[in-house]
Amino acid sequence: MPVAWTRKDLLGLEDLSREEIELILATAESFKEVSSREIKKVPALRGKTVVNLFYEPSTRTRVSFEVAAKRLSADVINIATETSSVKKGETLIDTGRNIEALKVDIIVMRHNYSGAAIMLARHVHASVVNAGDGWHEHPTQALLDIFTLKEKLGRISGLVVSIVGDIAHSRVARSNIWGLTKLGASVTVCAPPVLIPPEIEKMGVKVTHDIDEALANADAVNVLRMQFERDESGAFPQQLEYFKKFGITEDRLKKAKKDIIVMHPGPINRGIEMSSEVADGANSVILEQVTNGIAVRMAVLFLVAQANEHIKHEDTD
Amino acid sequence: MKILIKNGRVVDPANKLDGISDILVENSQIIRVEKDIRLNADTTIDATGKIVMPGLVDMHVHLREPGREDKETICSGTKAALKGGVTTVLAMPNTCPAMDSPEALRLLKGIIKKSAKANVFICGAITKGRLGQELVDLAKLKKEGVVAISDDGASVDSDKLFLEALKQAHKQKVLVISHCEDKFLSSSGVVNRGLIATRMGLRGISKESEYKRVARDIELAAKTHTSIHIAHVSCKESLEIIAKAKKKGIKVTCETAPHYFALHEEAVLGFDPNFKMNPPLRGRDDMLALREGLADTTIDAIASDHAPHTENEKEIEFERAEFGVTGLETELAVAITELIETGILEWPELAGKMSLNPARILGLNKGTLGIGADADIVIVDPAAEWIVEKEQFLSKSKNCAFIAKKLKGSVEYTLCSGKIAYKAGSVR
Repeated sequence: MPVAWTRKDLLGLEDLSREEIELILATAESFKEVSSREIKKVPALRGKTVVNLFYEPSTRTRVSFEVAAKRLSADVINIATETSSVKKGETLIDTGRNIEALKVDIIVMRHNYSGAAIMLARHVHASVVNAGDGWHEHPTQALLDIFTLKEKLGRISGLVVSIVGDIAHSRVARSNIWGLTKLGASVTVCAPPVLIPPEIEKMGVKVTHDIDEALANADAVNVLRMQFERDESGAFPQQLEYFKKFGITEDRLKKAKKDIIVMHPGPINRGIEMSSEVADGANSVILEQVTNGIAVRMAVLFLVAQANEHIKHEDTD
Repeated sequence: MKILIKNGRVVDPANKLDGISDILVENSQIIRVEKDIRLNADTTIDATGKIVMPGLVDMHVHLREPGREDKETICSGTKAALKGGVTTVLAMPNTCPAMDSPEALRLLKGIIKKSAKANVFICGAITKGRLGQELVDLAKLKKEGVVAISDDGASVDSDKLFLEALKQAHKQKVLVISHCEDKFLSSSGVVNRGLIATRMGLRGISKESEYKRVARDIELAAKTHTSIHIAHVSCKESLEIIAKAKKKGIKVTCETAPHYFALHEEAVLGFDPNFKMNPPLRGRDDMLALREGLADTTIDAIASDHAPHTENEKEIEFERAEFGVTGLETELAVAITELIETGILEWPELAGKMSLNPARILGLNKGTLGIGADADIVIVDPAAEWIVEKEQFLSKSKNCAFIAKKLKGSVEYTLCSGKIAYKAGSVR
């Protein structure tokens, strides 16, 4: 791999080159083996401190980052901040600078506002890893989705991938679109019209409102979580209605490619996004995604930490 | 006290003058404009190679006082104005309290009298508290000296109420300035609706939310034969509606702000809140249409929509940050850089849009260098290049969209009421 990782942060996939994405995937591949060892630990980040700064409740992403950091021998601190108190409390920049004053090396941040990680990264010297910002990006989720796909099918280029669900409000969808299209996959997004954001086809994807069409030629389908609890607009369809029109069922899969890969970033709403049979069925790679998440996040933490070391050395030269 | 400005290129569209000339100022008035004035003045300014034009009249400025003196005051805002070559501002009424009563106006007038460094005229509110519920007593406001009314920051949603406001304005001969936004359509958007908003994962503000309200406001103004001025036009469709109305002879004028003809929506991609304003930066097509609108005279005026905010309100997450940017200290240089240097406007046209036209729209005896006129004059070095830096601003706030940009054209002197009110490097 000729390209080197030079970024102190991972903020999204939109800015990354194909080579940079491939470098992360290759690095993840070499880290995957660590998790199957008797002693699941390497000293790559020994003496480094990682802070998980979560402004939004999240169990799986936070735990995944924590496990990844610990398997790299980093020290991990978790900070969960209630979003509602942000308005009265200190600004994001102040919080970031305070964390940095603790001599922290990497800040992994989940935030409910789009662009928050970009803002934070501009103001701290520590590495910032975006663990999801508003509707904007969730790069490590997309990377683990892509890693899993590549592991299953051997390639990304030329694949047909459909993303189904609330595209408009989904950072997972956006990061997947950037990552997959950069690697040469052809991407279709499928949702009711109100959940398709304006001009998304200009991001290089096809749009359909018909689930059977989305499944017809797909090598993989990535099914997004419907966050009914977050609907402010009242635009969401009823849950059962949604399942009827967009839910992934065995019947629908019968009309798709036999080996179609079914993915979901979790947590699943069984009986809404997909039936239990599909979630637990032969096409599903949902738990493998969780396992791969560790390797991908280890790779990301490792790469940004290493790049930041170089940047700091250059600064002092 | 005599000030003689020698050998400048005097640009005065009111008197169809554009050529090398001298100007003699005595006390607060211009007393001679002719070539080669020879006399011993108290101060002589050599303006060789410089542009001498009427001081700018900025008809859209938020001075924030009373109520938000942490953002700006009459004093700091007018100092910033003078630095930018602006000698007259129209202060928008969204203060605290809003300019909706004689008491509030008297309070503001007291502050202006005490602390203003430039000419400040007042725009009153259309409705009480700018809430769009109940009209102000316009006769009383007029008596206190308002030259226009606006609920700027909000539109009067009710057709019936706005129609009534227009009737009152017609009766009192007061200009209505309209902030055109259908809040139901713009909902809680923060950037222009479209691909950029989609890429950024942000809620969009449709152009429809602007131009549909432009159409309604012009229609109601035409019905009542009232003069209406459309504030901060940002998109092509609004311009088309305004151009059509003008052709029909409807009494409509409009302004745009430098950020709309200098920037477009791609500037927001880095999530920098200094590019967050309402209306939002639109597409490249819209930016180009605005430049055309400036060239073909659909757009009458350039106004800054100077909207100062503290760092605590601006240097935060994009979605939470306040809308608006400062502009008094950069508007002239941005206009020179983007409109003169590019050949879109000639100097007399620029002086028209930044001085004479806004003065005429507001019915002010400003924007001219004629004999007997108030000696509000700006002397500009058209060739000087400078880089906008936060540290230079005299405004209390630093939320400018042009920070770090290289601009052409710098203000050398600003004369206000016959006094040197600003000289490059220091405010007096």
